[in-house]
Amino acid sequence: MATETTAAETVSACVDAGGSAVGMPQLCGDWIGNQVFWLIITLVVIYFVLSRIALPRIASVLAERQGTITNDIAAAEELKRKAEEAEAAYQKSLADARAEAQTIAQKARDDIKAELDDAMAKADAEIAAKTAESEQAISEIRASALEHVEVVAKDTAAAIVQALGAQPDEARIAAAVDNRMKG
Amino acid sequence: MATETQGADHGDGGLVFHPMDQFIVKPLFGDGAVGMFTITNVTLWLFISILAIIGLMVLGTSRRAIVPSRSQSVAELAYGFVHKMVEDVTGKDGLKYFPYIMTLFMFIVFANFLGLIPMSFTTTSHFAVTVVLALAVFITVTVLGFVKNGAAFLELFWVSSAPLALRPILAVIEVISYFVRPVSHSIRLAGNLMAGHAVIKVFAGFAAIAAVSPISVLAITAMYGLEILVAFIQAYVFTILTCVYLKDALHPHH
Repeated sequence: MATETTAAETVSACVDAGGSAVGMPQLCGDWIGNQVFWLIITLVVIYFVLSRIALPRIASVLAERQGTITNDIAAAEELKRKAEEAEAAYQKSLADARAEAQTIAQKARDDIKAELDDAMAKADAEIAAKTAESEQAISEIRASALEHVEVVAKDTAAAIVQALGAQPDEARIAAAVDNRMKG
Repeated sequence: MATETQGADHGDGGLVFHPMDQFIVKPLFGDGAVGMFTITNVTLWLFISILAIIGLMVLGTSRRAIVPSRSQSVAELAYGFVHKMVEDVTGKDGLKYFPYIMTLFMFIVFANFLGLIPMSFTTTSHFAVTVVLALAVFITVTVLGFVKNGAAFLELFWVSSAPLALRPILAVIEVISYFVRPVSHSIRLAGNLMAGHAVIKVFAGFAAIAAVSPISVLAITAMYGLEILVAFIQAYVFTILTCVYLKDALHPHH
C-alpha cells in the first residue's frame, strides 16, 4: 500500500498501479456500498416490473389458453356426440328400411302365391271338368262303338249267311253274335 | 470476463495472468473513487439485466397470444418453471410469495448469463451481491416464520422425532445449520461463478504460448460450455433453496 502511486490511490486500495486487482476484488470493502445500492434498486425495479406487468399478464394468458383448450375439448366432445347420434340415426333408418323392404317383399310374395294358388285351383277344376267330359265322351263313343260293332257283326253275319246261300234267320244270328261277343 | 488490462509495465516477457481483473469495479465515467452512488460497471450490467428481463417478460409477451411466439413461450416456460417449483416445494400457500422468488430467479439467471458475454461484468460473482440476496431471503424467511407461527417456529429446531436425550444436541446443530444457511446460500452462487470465470481467464492466459494455444482454446470452449450449465444450475439451486427455506417458515414442523 505504501508503495502505491498517487494515481492508484485515487482509484482504490484494491487495484494496483497497473490496474490489476490486489487479492480478490470480491473482498474489497470499498465497492460493497456501491454494489448493494445498485443491486437493491435493480431488485426493486425487477420486482415491480414482474409483479405489476409481466406475471399477471402471463398468468392471464395461461388461464386464457387453458380456458380455450377446455372449451375446444368440450366442443370436440359435443361434435363427437352429435356424430355418434347421427350415425345411430342413420343405422336405425337403414335397419327400418331393410325391415320395410322385407315386409314389402314378403307381402308381394304372399300375394303372388295366393294368386298363383287361385289360378292353379281354377285350372285344376277346369282340367277336372274337361277330363270328366272327355271320359263321358269316350264312354259314350265306346258304347256306341260296341253297339255299331254288334250291328255290323249281325249285318255281316247275315250277309255271309246269305252269301253261303242260306236264309238268314235274324233271331239266331243275333243270338250267335251276342254269344260270340260275350266271349 | 472484463477487459484484459495487460500492463506493459508488468511485462517481463513471460505469461501474464490476471484472472481476477474481470471482477474489478470501476466507474463508467472518469477515474474517480467508487462511492455509493457512482455509476459503475456494476450499475451498467445490473441495468442491462433489468432491460433483458423487461425485454423477455414484458415485450416478449406483449402480444398475449393464445398460440405463443418464441419469446412468449420462453417467458411462459420461465413462469411455469418457477411457479411449479414454488408450488411443489412450499405448497399452495407458498404461491403468495411467487413474485418474490420469480424476481430472485430472473435476476440471478439473467445476471449469470449476461456475465458469460465476453468483456461483460458478472454481478453475481460478487459476495456483496449474493450476500444481499441471501440475507434478504434469510431475514424474510425468519421474520415470516415468527409472524406466521409465533414461538411455534422454534419447533423447527426441536426434532420431535428424535429420542429425547438427543434433542438438545440436535437443536444446537439445527440452530447452527440455520444460521449457516445464508453463508452457504451466497458463497455457493458467487463462488461457482467466480471460479468458473477465473479458470477461463487462466486458460486464456496460456493461449499466449503458441504451442499450447490450441489446447487452451479447446479448454476455454469446454469451460464455457460448463459455465453455461453452471449459470442455469446455480440460479436454479438458489431459487429452490429459497423455496425450501420458505417451506420451513410456513410449515416448521418436521
